[in-house]
Amino acid sequence: MYNKGTIIPGLVIFVLLVTFPIWFNAFSTASTVPKIELPPGGEKECVASATEMRAKHMVLLNEWRDDVLRSGNKTAVTVGGKEYRRGLQTACMQCHTNKDKFCDSCHTYTSVNVYCWDCHLTPDVAAAKKEKH
Amino acid sequence: MDKQRRTFLKLAGATALAGLSAPVVVNLNATPAMASAAAAGHGEEKRQGMRLGLLIDMRKLYGRTDLLDKATEACHRVHNVPKIEGKKSEIKWIWKTAYANAFIDQSVNHASKTTRESEFLVLCNHCDEPPCVRVCPTKATFVEKKTGIVAMDYHRCIGCRFCMMGCPYGARSFNWMDPQPLLKSVNPDFPARMRGVVEKCNFCGERLALGKEPACVEAVKEVGAIIFGDLNDPNSEISKVLDREHTIQRNAALGTKPSVFYIV
Amino acid sequence: MIEKALKGNSNYWMWLAFLTAFIAVGAICYLRQFVYGMHLTGMGRDLSWGLYISQFTFLVGVAAGGLMLVLPYYIHNYKVFGRITILGEFLAIASIVMCLMFIMADIGQPLRGLNMIFHPTPNSMLFWDMVVLLGYLSLNVICGWVILTAEKKQVKPPKWVYIFVYISIPFAVSIHTVTAMLYCGLPGRHFWLTAITAPRFLASAFAAGPALIVIACLVMKRIANFDAGKEAVNKLITIIMYAAIINAFFVCLEFFVGYYSNIPGHKHSLEYLFFGLEHHGHVYNNLVPFMWTSVTFCFGALALFAYMKITKMSNDLLVGIGCLMTFIALWLDKGLGFVMGGLAVNPLDEVVEYYPTANEIGITLGIWATGFLLVTILYKIAVKVEHEVEGH
Repeated sequence: MYNKGTIIPGLVIFVLLVTFPIWFNAFSTASTVPKIELPPGGEKECVASATEMRAKHMVLLNEWRDDVLRSGNKTAVTVGGKEYRRGLQTACMQCHTNKDKFCDSCHTYTSVNVYCWDCHLTPDVAAAKKEKH
Repeated sequence: MDKQRRTFLKLAGATALAGLSAPVVVNLNATPAMASAAAAGHGEEKRQGMRLGLLIDMRKLYGRTDLLDKATEACHRVHNVPKIEGKKSEIKWIWKTAYANAFIDQSVNHASKTTRESEFLVLCNHCDEPPCVRVCPTKATFVEKKTGIVAMDYHRCIGCRFCMMGCPYGARSFNWMDPQPLLKSVNPDFPARMRGVVEKCNFCGERLALGKEPACVEAVKEVGAIIFGDLNDPNSEISKVLDREHTIQRNAALGTKPSVFYIV
Repeated sequence: MIEKALKGNSNYWMWLAFLTAFIAVGAICYLRQFVYGMHLTGMGRDLSWGLYISQFTFLVGVAAGGLMLVLPYYIHNYKVFGRITILGEFLAIASIVMCLMFIMADIGQPLRGLNMIFHPTPNSMLFWDMVVLLGYLSLNVICGWVILTAEKKQVKPPKWVYIFVYISIPFAVSIHTVTAMLYCGLPGRHFWLTAITAPRFLASAFAAGPALIVIACLVMKRIANFDAGKEAVNKLITIIMYAAIINAFFVCLEFFVGYYSNIPGHKHSLEYLFFGLEHHGHVYNNLVPFMWTSVTFCFGALALFAYMKITKMSNDLLVGIGCLMTFIALWLDKGLGFVMGGLAVNPLDEVVEYYPTANEIGITLGIWATGFLLVTILYKIAVKVEHEVEGH
């Protein structure tokens, strides 16, 4: 083989570069799988099972949005004896009060950029700016 | 996968039928009352079913600027409308303005002293024939079928501001900047908006669902100056007052069929 | 064919660099607007459409103006326009690209622009405007490119392309008609609420578009050894004159309707634009000098052209000046006066004036520069092909 001295190191560098994300992940802490915690209030039930919520919360949120906002069905849902006013702020975040843990940890991990919070108020903002009566 | 989705939807749907328990101002689930025969002269069809409207009895508000401000303040507080200084970028859902500005089609040459010197509450008219809905290219603004409310879907608005051109009442505001940091206090029950979308009065749809009155109605409750209800229900309070009193609408000649009435 | 745009003398590259500098500034300004928001513009709650939409409106006209070359050549078989028809088509491409850029610059949530397609709304004129603009853009790309390729190969263009050419004729009318319908169907905007908006738009378009093409022809005659031919330019001047006269006639009709009916809504905008509008003791007259410049330039150019026609005088410089005056006059009339004039009095009878910000002007100039860059490149290709065919 000609130019063995250049080609082999070149190949090694190339392979290292291409596989960079893999071994970077192995040592980096940026990509640790998020730990799942129950909401701080101790609630154990949601409007659907955990597996279903994990897989399809975005579908549910879109359906709620369209039903509540566009079709004008602003009724609450009752699941397991508990009433939920369908909405991100009025239902989800009532129990899951920590947005960083509940939303961001997984979304960051999977690099999903949601625009919910451009309009909707996070529990933190709501608490900090809650009007005094 | 598909089956799972179906059960999921069924769950969400079935539970949605759970009834309301709170006392209601407007029963959003009522069967529509039959409207009396349309009086319009050109055979226009009248909207059937519920059509929410508002009647402002200005006689009870003359000289009470404090109440006008209270209504504005209440509305803007519950809907997280930021206070922005200056006319250029301001956002307002309901506000006070002079007679000549509110009723541009009415003569002011010989208006009474009270009319001339008082301020009037103006807001979205929730028209029966809303030009803003007609021009919107994405259906981001639409007529809510159940109630006749002209509603906004902030998720869908692309911010073209065509609706602001279409609205002959100046009822719409655009978010020229991010409104969230400008909110000093918030109502945690209601979202804010993002920059680049148009917003306006929603007739307090979210409060009606909880059996509450619109915020402005509640704010001026002490004098009972605003009546809210179903214009198509002949037995509603608003219909009865409309039958009894002479009322005017803002620029009704444009054919928008406003749902906000004034006794001046 | 695109490779033909990559060869040019130093003047060509200097011109491109000059335009690119504006584009770069425009891009930075747009980035600022994208990140910080639309409050960087001079638009506000009452005057919520400004420079962007008015440029869009004007440029739709420039795009439609190409019709004045396509129609005589393809329908009336007017051979004299043979060399320059392609210029009309290429100008239309560049103008529509500018239009789409102005729309994107104007909307508050540009990333959601596709909602117009995901949620098509036939009752909105903006939806139809998108349809006809994209349609007209594709038609011109197809026709321009196929016909130029055929010319390069020195064969007849394929028959099928003529179908697209004929379709593009009603499309050219439709783009400006639908753009007019954005305005003239809005209750409560009296200045716009007039059936003459669409015809007036078309008339001014058929003057502004050809005027720009004549200017381009004269420039290319000097620097690119491309002669459109005296007869073609003369005929274009005739077209420009008629269109400009019809436009002026329509404006006069607006004056009659406004002032004779004495209905405030219609009258106030004209008063604001041409004489200054008094409101609570203050006279609002920002646009008055611009509008009178427009009137002077329009009639000045018409007089100049008429003089040249009568004395059978031929002078490229004077023709160029006349066309430039016409173009500026129509830009002031439609690209400035029409939108701002219609919005000066808001629905609550308050008067608001508009001052575009530096950032907004930067974006506007950047988009114009992009259009000029595109026109330059496309014209370069067209001229090179013609030279090749003629064996220069």
